[in-house]
Amino acid sequence: MKISYYPGCTLKTKAGNLETAALASLLALGIEVEEIDRWNCCGAVFSLTADDLIHQVGPVRNLIRAKEQGANKLVTLCSMCYNTLARANLIMKNDPVKRDTINRFMDDEIDYAGEVEVVHLLTFLDQEVGWERIREMVKVPLEGLRIAPYYGCTLQRPADVGIEPFGSFSLMTRLFESLGATVMPFAAADKCCGSYQILNGEDGAQSTAATILKSAAEAGAEALATSCPLCEYNLGKQQGKLLENGLIGTTVPTYYFTQLLAIALGVAPESCRFDLNDGAALDLLKNKNCLVAA
Amino acid sequence: MTLTITDQTITLKSFEKLKELSGENVKLCMQCATCSGMCPMTAEMDHSPRKVMHLAQFGLFDKLSASNTFWKCASCHACTVKCPRGIDIAKVMEALRQQVLRKSKNYIEPSALPAERIVELPQIALVAGFRKLTS
Amino acid sequence: MCDAEKKTTQKTPRVATGDRAILPEGAKTIPVYIMGKRYDVPETLTIMKAMEFAGFKFLRGAGCRGGICGACPTVYRMAGDYKLHFGLACQTVVEADMYLAQIPFFPANRASYKIDEIGAAAEAIHALYPELFRCVACNLCTKACPMDVDVLGYISALKQGNIKKAAELSFDCIQCGLCASRCMGEIPQYHIAQLARRVYGRYIQPRAEHLQTRVKEIESGKYDAMLQELSAMGREELEKCYVEREREPDLSTLGTWQPKETQYL
Repeated sequence: MKISYYPGCTLKTKAGNLETAALASLLALGIEVEEIDRWNCCGAVFSLTADDLIHQVGPVRNLIRAKEQGANKLVTLCSMCYNTLARANLIMKNDPVKRDTINRFMDDEIDYAGEVEVVHLLTFLDQEVGWERIREMVKVPLEGLRIAPYYGCTLQRPADVGIEPFGSFSLMTRLFESLGATVMPFAAADKCCGSYQILNGEDGAQSTAATILKSAAEAGAEALATSCPLCEYNLGKQQGKLLENGLIGTTVPTYYFTQLLAIALGVAPESCRFDLNDGAALDLLKNKNCLVAA
Repeated sequence: MTLTITDQTITLKSFEKLKELSGENVKLCMQCATCSGMCPMTAEMDHSPRKVMHLAQFGLFDKLSASNTFWKCASCHACTVKCPRGIDIAKVMEALRQQVLRKSKNYIEPSALPAERIVELPQIALVAGFRKLTS
Repeated sequence: MCDAEKKTTQKTPRVATGDRAILPEGAKTIPVYIMGKRYDVPETLTIMKAMEFAGFKFLRGAGCRGGICGACPTVYRMAGDYKLHFGLACQTVVEADMYLAQIPFFPANRASYKIDEIGAAAEAIHALYPELFRCVACNLCTKACPMDVDVLGYISALKQGNIKKAAELSFDCIQCGLCASRCMGEIPQYHIAQLARRVYGRYIQPRAEHLQTRVKEIESGKYDAMLQELSAMGREELEKCYVEREREPDLSTLGTWQPKETQYL
């Protein structure tokens, strides 16, 4: 099987761990990955103003790249990229007036009408690989790892692009169960981490992050899994500061879901870029005897 | 909060503009405050999302424009998915932001962000923040 | 211009007019609009020469006149069409019914930095130019580039932290600034690209080791004696030496050729 893949800017630098672990996992699952050519930034957030089409041009350009390469599906990893691309795709598919305007503006590109389907890796694993298959492929079960599946906003909201209904967390739950981990549901799994508000004074994003981390810890989770580099920044990279400011009492190591998948599939930890996580993340897996020797 | 409503405080044009930009009818709001309950940023806001909807319903745009609510909104759509009246409140917040931003006024200044902060932030934070908070 | 007119234009033999004020017989003039005013200029001229023919004098906005200095970016539109075109005044030949505007300078933010201190990480570029993240991928920059640089491509590469790709994609940039003039994100693309190339050259591009070895040899005085020998020669002797010099044949296989005279190696 071969898939077309859209990485997103952050996955090429600070969230390199989200990408490398995914690529290693897909390789282990026997899936060939083709990164689309000449992709640009997805725009990170969807423009909500009715008359603003210029901000849809960026995501649509990426969908055109996928169409040019003959892809009918485009797989993404980053929640924000997924959300922005999928929503722009809906406009191109369902709104003939906006579609026409955008196509006319992009006179340097071929016309596009929503031919490519935007798919998040979690959906892809569910639909195209299957949890049974993943369970069979597991080499190092994540036994005893109590993991909280954190969705944040953009995987589920709004409903027309959500990978599953609001309030349901079955994709990550089934993934981690297939990997042998213990899933710890928690109340703040779909609470916003504060997102880009981290640019707009730290207080807001810090208090939302603290709420989420406390909720996960109280539910008995040892760690938290996400698919969004901005969530990982607000919840993971900021944890030291949150602890220092007394906003949280204990740390909760954060992983990308792809890292846990890769580790369970027997991928060497070096290929999962734990150097980009907090040190506690790798230590926890070590303590659980989940790491294969390189 | 006492709302003073006179022909001086209500601006119908702004009301129409809000409807045009957001595509939403704020008059459908029944003031149940589910949005305020869902919003992760309420504590940061001077008016809760419900109050903003209320001010918008009465066309009190002078009051609205002085509010920080829509600048503190993280566009997480928690309000939208739970609104019993089916209003996409996130779109209303965006329309309020855009009315300011389209006059070439920035809410945050990219050049004023400390370099060490930019170096540390993931690119999507910068892209998203600049989209929502700069003109 | 309508098709019928175009045909008559092409039938007339082209006569090189240079920048002569009095046109030779057979020279055809065409109308162009400079800052909105019509001028009839010889059809063989570049925009720059045509403007000079029309009486304009360039104090700024003209440099090398060879298409490489980036001083004469021009925006133009053809009558009856919405499309904007971009070119260098010194390279683009006039066409009938061109509406011309010179953009010798466009204000663009230029950060100051010490190249020896900023390091090879893309984040340093991000910190100097955070407006990079205001790009909406509208691609107007690429459409405006008179050098066919993939401007959106290098801006995307930089957002993705890929300095090497940005340096390579922007290599042909002549810093004319047309990209920045069209940017809705108010990004100074060409300054950012220049920084990317500088960082690439300073930190990322592999060093040429043989060059460093040679520089050290020169500095250690290895060639001083040879130079003195040459300096002491008379003109005739020097010319003879030059003509009779041993030279590696063109296209000889790498590493197979050795000079007969080996005392200087």
